[in-house]
Amino acid sequence: MEGHSTYQPTSGGARWLERRLPVLGLVHSSFIAYPTPRNLNYWYTFGAILTFMLAAQMITGIVLAMHYVSHGTLAFSSVESIMRDVNFGWLLRYLHANGASLFFFAVYIHLFRGMYYGSYKEPREVLWILGVLILFLMIATAFMGYVLPWGQMSFWAATVITNLFSAIPLVGEAITQWLWGGFAVDSATLNRFYSLHYLLPFVIAGVVILHVWALHVAGQNNPLGIDVKSKEDTVAFTPYATAKDAFGIVVFFILLAWVVFYLPNYLGHPDNSTPGDPLKTPAHIVPEWYFLPFYAILRAIPDKLLGVIALVAAIVVMFFLPWLDTSRVRSAVYRPIYRQFFWIFVLVCIGLGYLGSQPAEGGYVLASRILTAYYFLHFLVIMPVLGLVERPKPRPASITEAVLGRHGHAPVPAAGGAS
Amino acid sequence: MSLFRKDEPVSRPMRHLLLAGLAAIGVGLGAAHAFAQDEVEAVAQGEAVEETGASEHATVHYPLIKPAMMDWSFAGVFGTYDRGQLQRGFQVYREVCASCHGLKYVAFRTLADHDGPGFTEAQVAALAAEYTIPDGPNTDGDMFERPGRPSDRFPSPFPNDQAAAVANGGAVPPDLSLIAKARAAPRGPLNTVLDFFTQYQEAGPDYVHALLTGYDQEPLPGVVVPDGVYYNPYFLGGPALAMPPPLSEGVVTYSDGSPETVEQYSRDVSAFLMWAAEPHLVARKRLGFEVMIFLLVFASLMYLTKRRVWAAVAH
Repeated sequence: MEGHSTYQPTSGGARWLERRLPVLGLVHSSFIAYPTPRNLNYWYTFGAILTFMLAAQMITGIVLAMHYVSHGTLAFSSVESIMRDVNFGWLLRYLHANGASLFFFAVYIHLFRGMYYGSYKEPREVLWILGVLILFLMIATAFMGYVLPWGQMSFWAATVITNLFSAIPLVGEAITQWLWGGFAVDSATLNRFYSLHYLLPFVIAGVVILHVWALHVAGQNNPLGIDVKSKEDTVAFTPYATAKDAFGIVVFFILLAWVVFYLPNYLGHPDNSTPGDPLKTPAHIVPEWYFLPFYAILRAIPDKLLGVIALVAAIVVMFFLPWLDTSRVRSAVYRPIYRQFFWIFVLVCIGLGYLGSQPAEGGYVLASRILTAYYFLHFLVIMPVLGLVERPKPRPASITEAVLGRHGHAPVPAAGGAS
Repeated sequence: MSLFRKDEPVSRPMRHLLLAGLAAIGVGLGAAHAFAQDEVEAVAQGEAVEETGASEHATVHYPLIKPAMMDWSFAGVFGTYDRGQLQRGFQVYREVCASCHGLKYVAFRTLADHDGPGFTEAQVAALAAEYTIPDGPNTDGDMFERPGRPSDRFPSPFPNDQAAAVANGGAVPPDLSLIAKARAAPRGPLNTVLDFFTQYQEAGPDYVHALLTGYDQEPLPGVVVPDGVYYNPYFLGGPALAMPPPLSEGVVTYSDGSPETVEQYSRDVSAFLMWAAEPHLVARKRLGFEVMIFLLVFASLMYLTKRRVWAAVAH
């Protein structure tokens, strides 16, 4: 995707196609010749892992959709029929439900990796913004997917989350009823959630294409956070990144298989094995684990409208990170103080996740408030101030120099982008 | 990674900011912890255990006593159902539980599953025929009743929830098809993390077993048991439940010589209900092992490939 392709078709068929639609050249320049920094570590394989997870979710989802019935009285039993009667239906459903969880696990690692190595900074702001947009879409998709089995947690999660819109002044109630398609969460709500749950992954796929495009225009960041300066600093995507990504994906699949085959209900909530009942509120309504930090932020604020604003702001603030971070140095490797604040921020997010799983009472509320305040403080105060006052460590002159210096032996000729 | 390294230029204001960050986490989690301790004491003193929940303290967490972890044949990587146990458990369900509790997602035919109870086809057909299934309309436009077939699902004991409620003092006996997945005592943060590695997935049957064997105990100090409900410290929904103790010694006659005790009945029916909730568990674990072997070999090969590819490039 950068300039003219260096692709030389070898077969007659390929030459014929290339003259009419240079799609092979596009693939060649994007996934074969594309230069990647030679010092990428395994944290950089999560982009490929996520692409694979999106594809896996779409494939399992499309097959599940052939058996699922999106009606209030039939949804729960149709899921049970998938689990019991459809050939390998249990496998499809467990792959899809747990796949969503691990999708979020991977996306959070991907996101924290970007924060650690400063991957959002100039010239990758648009790349970062597209990534946050994907997160936003993923949250919507996962939430609506969670509603589909129509168990107790599905039903009450839908009720709690759609009710958030009623906090909007003046038009809140009208919007909520419009979302519901009635005066309460019911079959109409379920049916539209199903429709959107099927639609949004394709929107995500579209934004992923833009995300990859932006990545290939700006070039990949790397753990040192310094720019690629010569061909020596890079290696060709194939076979180097391809081989590393493939290994990363297979290892990630081991984790997925561990959950799907041995712990398929570990990440779920027992209440969702009870059909949704509008007359019985569960003792504690909790979302899936990957929403718990946001849920804690929502409940930390005593006012409903402000709580919703804080919830949305917790994600929206990430859009502005490229400009909130005032440091000229990208990687935390050369930012001794930021590195420590980064890990504090990770702990705060995990702490918020824990608090989101606990009932909103007593000390948990106070703790949620403190950590919520810190969450925003990190973005709005620490990031801007730190960049101005922190004295970064000296950076190496080039990626190649750093790599060879670390290995401490005679210069090894780099395979380079040209090989 | 040490927080303060001497060789790093950490300015004084930064140091304060850092400490403030750590303090925020400390205070936050400390507050949560202090509160949790408070609550444990409250439960121990039984001061907040009243049904009314009018106490200043937050809600008491049920069950009052955590279920014991039992030894199940279907636990672990190579877990399988014990056919004899499932057949006995089914007998307990049929002779005791079925008078109030349905099993509406379970089809008779699945009782013949090789990895499940493993009854013969003839046994299943004979069993299904003992049930009456509403069907119709026939060619004359009339609804009718006919004997059950293996393809039918278990008919529920009550025509609807309202009828079930009226017959049971207002409480609807839950359908048991998924009960072994729908009930579990909270595990706490530490156990939740450990469970991921130990593969503990038996909280459901542990709960069912604990509940069935948990009647006839002296209530914990401070617990008030209202009339018409039965104290059971293992119950998730409160200190007592509407279901009277369903099992007693000798209530079911086993043909295989197993002990006819409440303990044995409870274990057997809990195992049976786990099968009812998760009928493909054995196939899942078997396939899982094959997939794991494949993935480990695949990952090793991919690792060697990656090493070979990168061998000439310092990185």
